Amino acid sequence: MRRLGPLVLEPDPAPPPARVLGVSLLALAGAVAAAGVVFAAYGADPLYAYAVIVRGTFAGLREISEVVRRTIPLLLCGVGLALAFRAQFWNIGAEGQLLAGAVGATAVALFVPLPGPWVLVAMFAAGFATGALWGLLPTLLRLRLSVNEVLTTLMMNYIALYAVAWLIHGPWKGATQFGFAYTDTFPEAARLPLLAGTRVHWPTLAVGLALAAALAFLLARTRLGFEVRVLGQNPVAGRYAGIDPARTLLAVMVLSAGAAGLAGVGEVAGVHHKLLDPGQVSLGYGYAAIVVAWLARGSPLAAVLTATLLGAIFTSGDVLKVALQMPFRVTDVFNGLILFFLIGSERLLAVRIRWAPPAATVRVGSGLPGTPEAGGES
Amino acid sequence: MIGVTAGQSPHASPEAGAPESAPLLALCAITKRFPGVVANDRVSLDVRAGEVHALLGENGAGKTTLVNVLYGLYQPDAGEIVVDGRRVRIRSPRDAIACGIGMVPQHFLLVRRHTVAENVALGLPQEGFLRPARRVERRIVELGTRYGLAADPRARIWELSPSEHQRVEILKALVRGARILVLDEPTSVLAPQEVGGLFEVLRRMKGDGHAVIFITHKLDEVEAIADRVTVLRRGRVVATMPAAGVSRRTLVQMMVGRDVQFVLPRAPAAPTGEALTAEALEADNDRGAPALRGLDLAVRRGEIVGLAGIAGNGQRELVEVLTGLRRATRGRVRVLGREVTNRTAAAICDAGVAHIPEDRVHMGVVATMTVAENLVLRRYRHPPFSRGPLLDYAAVTRFAREMIAAYEIATPAATTPVRALSGGNIQRLILARELAARPGVIVAAHPTYGLDVSATEHIHRLLLRRREEGAGVLLVSEDLDEILALADRVAVIFRGRIAAVLSVGEATRERVGLLMTGQAA
Repeated sequence: MRRLGPLVLEPDPAPPPARVLGVSLLALAGAVAAAGVVFAAYGADPLYAYAVIVRGTFAGLREISEVVRRTIPLLLCGVGLALAFRAQFWNIGAEGQLLAGAVGATAVALFVPLPGPWVLVAMFAAGFATGALWGLLPTLLRLRLSVNEVLTTLMMNYIALYAVAWLIHGPWKGATQFGFAYTDTFPEAARLPLLAGTRVHWPTLAVGLALAAALAFLLARTRLGFEVRVLGQNPVAGRYAGIDPARTLLAVMVLSAGAAGLAGVGEVAGVHHKLLDPGQVSLGYGYAAIVVAWLARGSPLAAVLTATLLGAIFTSGDVLKVALQMPFRVTDVFNGLILFFLIGSERLLAVRIRWAPPAATVRVGSGLPGTPEAGGES
Repeated sequence: MIGVTAGQSPHASPEAGAPESAPLLALCAITKRFPGVVANDRVSLDVRAGEVHALLGENGAGKTTLVNVLYGLYQPDAGEIVVDGRRVRIRSPRDAIACGIGMVPQHFLLVRRHTVAENVALGLPQEGFLRPARRVERRIVELGTRYGLAADPRARIWELSPSEHQRVEILKALVRGARILVLDEPTSVLAPQEVGGLFEVLRRMKGDGHAVIFITHKLDEVEAIADRVTVLRRGRVVATMPAAGVSRRTLVQMMVGRDVQFVLPRAPAAPTGEALTAEALEADNDRGAPALRGLDLAVRRGEIVGLAGIAGNGQRELVEVLTGLRRATRGRVRVLGREVTNRTAAAICDAGVAHIPEDRVHMGVVATMTVAENLVLRRYRHPPFSRGPLLDYAAVTRFAREMIAAYEIATPAATTPVRALSGGNIQRLILARELAARPGVIVAAHPTYGLDVSATEHIHRLLLRRREEGAGVLLVSEDLDEILALADRVAVIFRGRIAAVLSVGEATRERVGLLMTGQAA
């Protein structure tokens, strides 16, 4: 127990939901304030910058629909990561799994002749499968050889990135693209429908929301979810309970990496209609999704909210670029700051802060000369 | 109930001329509260130069809390500490060291990749930036010869055995100038033949004018090494007295507060068929060294077999092999007539083996999950809790309510996280889960460790009831009294083999004790 002026800080390992929310909001506020310093350093008045952001991001249907468009990949990657984090599997590889999914979908769109409506279904299936496959190797390495998954999933991102670059410069380079490093444009049947008047590819959004609900149900109400929670919170008890960690982790990672793969399908089929430079397929959604999952504290439903928040931040990058001539990558700074403050505030979760002016707690200082002592007779 | 004995008021002012030697250290009316418990309630204790002062008490009596206060890891809520006649305030281990207090903790704090000398030098203020351990090396050798603490200062920690780690911890304290050495259950990490060596070190230190506080719950250690003994019970001092001439029975009475009920009422065993059989079992420990070396053991239905032995003779490995948590490298295990050697934990559980694990908090429950979820932790995959891929939470909650009532688990609700429960209630939860399905075999590892007397008795009665209903029980315990009170037969394990199996009539404390140390009896 420590005091800070009139406040008493006490350890409390079980934070109530209100404190989790409060600390998360506090961390967000800290990140916003710190980003303001970055804006100021860039020569922009932070308050003006924030006003521009709010206006440019939420002003009307067009702006809000842009937020939603950015939210879709963040949501799909984020719910997957939330599930993996619940199993204490630190999947940092959503970016690579997203790219793998994009490659899978592109392969179907360009090279598999299918009757009209089946093309998109097959693309989603292929994207899920290739994403899952990309997540499988680190999982197997962890299970068989205890290789740290943080490193392997992270490195798999770079393999995916260069694989996509090789594909678009090499074998899949489009014959009709005037030498640009793109694949050919997808046929009409391989493009996702948009909500009227917007650029929101709604089927992917529907898949994302359904997946969030499904994973929340999985965690709360199914055997697999029970096993995931036991293993994540106490692997020793999981062994004792007879839970097969390999089977559980494989299931978790197929879902987690597969979800990221679906995000990749949405980007190529809904936005670009071709496979192109990996930095354009994903603006770092896979990395930002780590913040989504962390901020949601592993809850797939909360990830819907946190993905929207991060989606707004990505959109604000466009606004800042246009209105204040800042580089779009300022969003990375923003995301980084949020994650930094979130992880930094983690310790606050385990502390209960109580208002107790010193007068009421004389006994805390006992042992000092002159303070009363229990049972002291000397 | 227990008469006033010597040493009742050790906090009589330290300045007064004491009849013998003035105390080097006095703890006066130390009180330490944690949420919901008073871990130390006005504890007073004095320690003189040249004495070994044993601090005796059951698990949970407040011994470790007291020494943590002394070492500055906790701040007392009330009371004071007097060293050498001066009142001191110890806010951190650094303060404690400055007062000449050294501590050898139960779990050693050593850097495994560093050498002995580097570990000893770590944190010493006067050592140089380069090769800080150089000067310390000489000192280690010097102190080592003086007290019989031989340790190679250049050896790396990971190369050394637990008893050598303990020596390094003692050296750390001595190099820092400790005159008062606190040892927290020091023999728990030692093989029996190593205990004598430790005691020899303590005797030499005592002869040199050091004071030693020796925490234990083992009576024979008090007899072997202590000059005086203070008994703690539920956070309070029961008495302090000279160790010579105190009978074990008196000490036990003080520790537990009343006569231990040595024999619970029960019918004679009427064993029927085979429950659990191990044949020529071999297995390795975590370090890959053989832990079980051809072990044979049979438990029949309707009897309790007590497995007695000093910790580290293969008990843990045996329990893990029997319950599917460790691979047997050779040999066979049969449960209720079915071969289950090296089957998974789930398969062995389903075959009818209940397992009350040794480490109830880290293995037995998931502390962050609810009481209800923990009550089905090992059965969630079967009906009625599971329906296809789904869990039926209505059935889980119904079952939990029944268990909470039947096993008197004190919890606010079935949805309370387990970490809010006390140790005794966590154990009741585990027993409810493991025993509710009427298993044919029960493997119970230290089922009452750290529990108070009433919880212990509750658990003993439950085990006896299951025995009468025809279960075969393997009771692993370091507490010989527990084994003698419950077991129909006593198997003594020594170095990975069963040294002997005695019937309850033959199993006297002396005979079992000799077998535990490897001597034929």
